[in-house]
Amino acid sequence: MSWLVKQVVNSGRLHSASRNRALQLVRAYATSGKTMTVRDALNSAIDEEMGADHRVFMMGEEVGEYQGAYKITKGLLEKYGPERVIDTPITEAGFAGIGVGAAYKDLKPIIEFMTFNFSMQAIDHIINSAAKSNYMSAGQISVPIVFRGPNGAAAGVGAQHSQCYAAWYGSCPGLKVLAPYSAEDARGLLKAAIRDPDPVVFLENEILYGESFPISDEVLDSNFTLPIGKAKIERLGKDVTITAFSKMVGYALKAADILAEDGISAEVVNLRSIRPLDRATINESVRKTNRLVTLEEGFPQHGVGAEICTSVVEDSFGYLDAPVERISGADIPMPYAANFEKMAVPQIEDIVRAAKRACYRSA
Amino acid sequence: MSSAFAAPKIIQPLNFRSNEKPLFDSVKSSPTTSFLGSVQKLRFSSKIPLTSSLNCRSVSSNVFAVSEVVKERKSKSSVSPSNLLITKEEGLVLFEDMTLGRVFEDMCAQMYYRGKMFGFVHLYNGQEAVSTGFIKLLKQADSVVSTYRDHVHALSKGVPARAVMSELFGKATGCCRGQGGSMHMFSKEHNVLGGFAFIGEGIPVATGAAFTSKYKREVLKENCDDVTVAFFGDGTCNNGQFYECLNMAALWKLPIIFVVENNLWAIGMSHLRATSDPEIWKKGPAFGMPGVHVDGMDVLKVREVAKEAVDRARRGEGPTLVECETYRFRGHSLADPDELRDAGEKASYNSRDPITALKKYLTENNLASEADLKAIEKRIEEEIEEAVDYADQSPAPHRSQLLENVFADPKGFGIGPDGKYRCEDPKFTEGTAQV
Ligand SMILES: Cc1ncc(C[n+]2csc(CCOP(=O)(O)OP(=O)(O)O)c2C)c(N)n1
Ligand SMILES: [Mg+2]
Repeated sequence: MSWLVKQVVNSGRLHSASRNRALQLVRAYATSGKTMTVRDALNSAIDEEMGADHRVFMMGEEVGEYQGAYKITKGLLEKYGPERVIDTPITEAGFAGIGVGAAYKDLKPIIEFMTFNFSMQAIDHIINSAAKSNYMSAGQISVPIVFRGPNGAAAGVGAQHSQCYAAWYGSCPGLKVLAPYSAEDARGLLKAAIRDPDPVVFLENEILYGESFPISDEVLDSNFTLPIGKAKIERLGKDVTITAFSKMVGYALKAADILAEDGISAEVVNLRSIRPLDRATINESVRKTNRLVTLEEGFPQHGVGAEICTSVVEDSFGYLDAPVERISGADIPMPYAANFEKMAVPQIEDIVRAAKRACYRSA
Repeated sequence: MSSAFAAPKIIQPLNFRSNEKPLFDSVKSSPTTSFLGSVQKLRFSSKIPLTSSLNCRSVSSNVFAVSEVVKERKSKSSVSPSNLLITKEEGLVLFEDMTLGRVFEDMCAQMYYRGKMFGFVHLYNGQEAVSTGFIKLLKQADSVVSTYRDHVHALSKGVPARAVMSELFGKATGCCRGQGGSMHMFSKEHNVLGGFAFIGEGIPVATGAAFTSKYKREVLKENCDDVTVAFFGDGTCNNGQFYECLNMAALWKLPIIFVVENNLWAIGMSHLRATSDPEIWKKGPAFGMPGVHVDGMDVLKVREVAKEAVDRARRGEGPTLVECETYRFRGHSLADPDELRDAGEKASYNSRDPITALKKYLTENNLASEADLKAIEKRIEEEIEEAVDYADQSPAPHRSQLLENVFADPKGFGIGPDGKYRCEDPKFTEGTAQV
């Protein structure tokens, strides 16, 4: 928790309204002094929702006896039995479709993809069967399903196992797409996703699983959920807005620390929800800072950054004091070689450089 | 054949050369056994404890054990000067290839733990008889399609160890210039058409390679009898792409061999818990092609089966499904804690180590002396040491390579106005990672 306080202090010269929000931000965490890993946050969210609603079940490869390829479902088989924690054969198209069928009939499946890369073999069901059914059936058939698993670049696994699906799924009507960063995000958003009546694509990050975050008693409460479609101001600032989601939020916060040393106060917006996109929060921030850097690991073309940029051009064009800076992964499949891998995804220095460029340049 | 892709009216998958006892005869029955029952009749037989599982069922059906054929053939061939399945030269080639696979993979484990390679590294230890048994029968023009467990398939097909090692180190001298990595070995020269990291993905691609042979013959009127071998695991046989391709390969009589390396596990998922009928070979006849079950820990048996299947494909008689019963001696990948496999099961397969078995065969039949084999082992060890040095000393890929190879014709992508890749521009790293 101390690092959070530090961030708020670091951002320095706050306006009084912002200062109040900063204090609220501090207060939100100032209760327990506890920490929780993202892994435990996800695990506890699934556990609580399965405990509360017997229609919720967990299905995917290695979710049972192996306790999850990344141990997110640890202990659940023992607690809920093989009827509700179901190990499937390696057949994404099959089990994702089975999940959708079960959701049609009012069960609440949580489908784990060992990684989101493998969802490509199931994308027909995510897009066609899950996302479009409520519309095609004129609201007769809703699809309360969660597709979850690690998304985005992992380390050293090459082109097929390393890519970000936020923009892919984020472009599809009928889907809600969430991307948690912290333990609080993970718990609150996953619980909300499981309770939601619509299909939710829930993009986790393998590298964040083991990371610990401060967590309040409020977040630990079994009734806690976060609203879908709301971004979070992760750090207040006044000179430049940096939007990010998932692992990149951490990078943005680190970049903001560095920028603060140079007297630049960066505001970090943790998107939390890719779709619906919280245009209001993004635009409010940009209207305050007048500068925008978008950050994501995915490919540049038609990315999340492109969408954010459009929303700002549409809603706050007159407020921009500099061209929008877009930081993304390189426009290449993920290379294997370690030096190339580093060049292919955004680094903290890239963010610092782009933010400075935005600040020193005026329109 | 009148039309290239017309389905034959009557499917006769079991129509073999009549002068010889068919090796693949899925109609022939042998005593009813439990799953993997034929194991009990194989040379290095031992009872495999079936690990407890939720849906464990005993399957009573007819398993045709190839070992019987091999034995019979052995006794029948007593008229020939030698009673043996292989010549000395062949035996040494097999031994050398299997040893190469084993020593290479052991070295990978060491290098992984030393941080020289990274990510997911899936080793092949224990399964060498399958790669060697099939690939050593192939010509250079024949194709091999593999999975993420692909190093040894590439080696068997002739990709130099140093090129594979260097790829694993992420170096510019690797067989894919450090761009592919452990799970994605390619070599056009050797017709290694890729390591595919997604389950099932490689099967249609392999089927497409086989399709090409037929197309070349029938449409382009070229002389082409190239065959394709697709390797994949037991877990993959539950994926739809497998069935889709069995169908098309049989329908169009494509020159392909579907080789299932059934090592009983898909990461931590036991084969018995994942599939309704665990006898994978049976799925061949269901689609109109022969299905064979073979002891994948015995390279000689694998080779016998492979010969028949490869010849059949080359003759234009269509595909074959071969289920090789094998075992991986290490975890799924070097990151797998491997906690679910039973110690007794591991021990039982360890005792059937395919390399030890071949060694025994070669020495007992006076095909090679201990000293011959030692010399081969020594040579391989040196080769692998050299491969590591080579990889270690090779340069990492240069930045100017970063944007290369995304397209065969990259015009318009990452190309500056001067026609150069923009990553060569010194300003490249001053901006964002976006290029
Ligand atoms: C479509 C897809 N889903 C999941 C995975 C993750 N995965 C990698 S290997 C593997 C198990 C494969 O088992 P098997 O086919 O038996 O091959 P083996 O590893 O035993 O050689 C799984 C589930 C994947 N690579 N691709
Ligand atoms: Mg397997």
